Amino acid sequence: MQNQAEVAAVAEAESVAKIHVGAAVKEIGMKIVFAIAAVVFVAAVLVICIYLFVRAVPAIGQVGVFEFLFGDTWLLGSGYYGIGNLIVGTCISTVGALIVGVPIGLLTAVFMAFYCPKWLYKFLKPLTNILAGIPSIVYGYFGMQVIVPAIRGMVGGGGFNIITTSLVLGIMILPTIISITENSLRAVPKSYYEGALALGATKERAIFRTIFPAAVSGVMTAIVLGIGRAIGETAAVSLVCGNVPQIPTDLSMPFMTLASAIASGMGYSSSGFPLEVLISCAAVLFVFILIITILIMLLKRKSR
Amino acid sequence: MKLNIFKKKAKAAEEQQELTEEQAAEKTAAEELAAVQKAKAEEAANTAAAQGQKGASLAESGIKAEDVGHAFKTARTGASLSGETEEERPVKFKVSDLNLYYGKFWALKNINMEIREKEITAFIGPSGCGKSTFLKTLNRMNDLIPDCKITGEVLIDGVDLYGKVDINTLRKRVGMVFQKPNPFPMSVYDNIAYGPRTHGIRKKAKLDEIVERSLRQAAIWDELKDRLKKSALGLSGGQQQRLCIARTLAVEPEVVLMDEPTSALDPISTSKIEELAQDLKKDYTIVIVTHNMQQAARISDKTAFFLLGDLIEYGNTDDVFNRPADKRTEDYITGRFG
Repeated sequence: MQNQAEVAAVAEAESVAKIHVGAAVKEIGMKIVFAIAAVVFVAAVLVICIYLFVRAVPAIGQVGVFEFLFGDTWLLGSGYYGIGNLIVGTCISTVGALIVGVPIGLLTAVFMAFYCPKWLYKFLKPLTNILAGIPSIVYGYFGMQVIVPAIRGMVGGGGFNIITTSLVLGIMILPTIISITENSLRAVPKSYYEGALALGATKERAIFRTIFPAAVSGVMTAIVLGIGRAIGETAAVSLVCGNVPQIPTDLSMPFMTLASAIASGMGYSSSGFPLEVLISCAAVLFVFILIITILIMLLKRKSR
Repeated sequence: MKLNIFKKKAKAAEEQQELTEEQAAEKTAAEELAAVQKAKAEEAANTAAAQGQKGASLAESGIKAEDVGHAFKTARTGASLSGETEEERPVKFKVSDLNLYYGKFWALKNINMEIREKEITAFIGPSGCGKSTFLKTLNRMNDLIPDCKITGEVLIDGVDLYGKVDINTLRKRVGMVFQKPNPFPMSVYDNIAYGPRTHGIRKKAKLDEIVERSLRQAAIWDELKDRLKKSALGLSGGQQQRLCIARTLAVEPEVVLMDEPTSALDPISTSKIEELAQDLKKDYTIVIVTHNMQQAARISDKTAFFLLGDLIEYGNTDDVFNRPADKRTEDYITGRFG
């Protein structure tokens, strides 16, 4: 009788041990799965990075660094590979996007965080997510069909120009700016707001002189992320910028950005040296984005 | 001749006081408190002596802290005795039949109270008794809470502050210091200048003057004068709280509301703030919510005891603590609940 009980106890202990062993094996297995996922991700980034520079560096060397970066003629078919005008175009479209998107985005974020009634917020918040999820080609098509004719009617010319591109890009960066700014405004301790009101400040003053400065690193992050999106935007921009590789002298002139140059260039030159030059353009764009990313990291560190 | 001797002794006492203060910085909180009280007692004795009362003879016989403490006590009882015959100070706030609801919750029930000018009025009571809520009705900070409904009347200098009053002007007149120090994330200078700038003062010279005056009033000028441009977030908790008091004073309020201003602070900072509150009552009406009954007893002139939204007892602090009229007050202050 006692013996039986002992046997049962031993069996139970063994099964418990088995469960433990099983759990340990499972844990190790899952660790390996997670690690593989991480390795694939890191490998993807590294491969892209290495590939870009391995192909870009010789091509840039052949064109000449100075001629490549500062050359003012971009004619892929005829052997002119100066991307100076494209870099200028990229900067113009980015600045234009900020001029349109930042004020609207920041004010919308303030409205959503402090003024908007609850029922409206329930409607606005998903709206920003939808805006963020619309494919960029759709923005481009909308720009081409609606904004381009409207601008053509207003300022003349072809309508494919800086104004149009700024408007389209400005709308595209809105969701990024709105949601990040709103989050950072909400993250400011409520005690700052109360403290300001208790000193006799109006609501507006409390928001713009106390909460906003306190959220400034979040706001900067929002703007930099917006820049990141605008710099690299391809599909929408190539539909509305006009794709003329020149430095525009007024707002109604067409121009071209690095990304749109790559997109339209790929159509003609899927091989040979022009393709290498296009990859070099991509590498330059990559460096821009890298700088933006580092900026964001610095801002985040500062905010902590 | 007698006067000369007294002066010498007083000087010696002062030196001693300085010494003790220096040492106290390194000593424990309790010792600091004791030193502060002793210093106070000496001060009181000095004034008594100057008035030609028995302080002079006391000084002659050599000042011992205990003796002086005794003299201080007698002086105090004397003052409070004479206070009874004196005219009461003018009324600052008159609260009649005040009820406050958070949604369906009845947070304040038929409060009637008069708060007098240039006194310290303390609100005590267990958590959730409505004392902070009541404090916030005095500068309408409750307006920030949705579903907060108020009936009844709160008069400031005879004017209904829930009537046609500009709320920003009201809050300029009735400043507030919060439980947790809440300096803005900007420099010490900008923190103090925030209020004056809000009310339209732009000239640098004027702002400089206000900043210095406010910091001096809050007894923190010496500590901060060399770091006005540094971030206020780098200060210690006690310094931050005194900075917040200075920030409140910078807009020249008439009333300073303090919502448990020392509950987040260490004992030394607490005693500094208590001392400060007593200095400030010369010029300001002070209403303080506190969890700490000793604090209420130490610094306030009037005490109000709240329980579950009711004002149970309100009167001279001395009476409330020593001769409570209500059994519940007695139970609370003797620590039977709360």
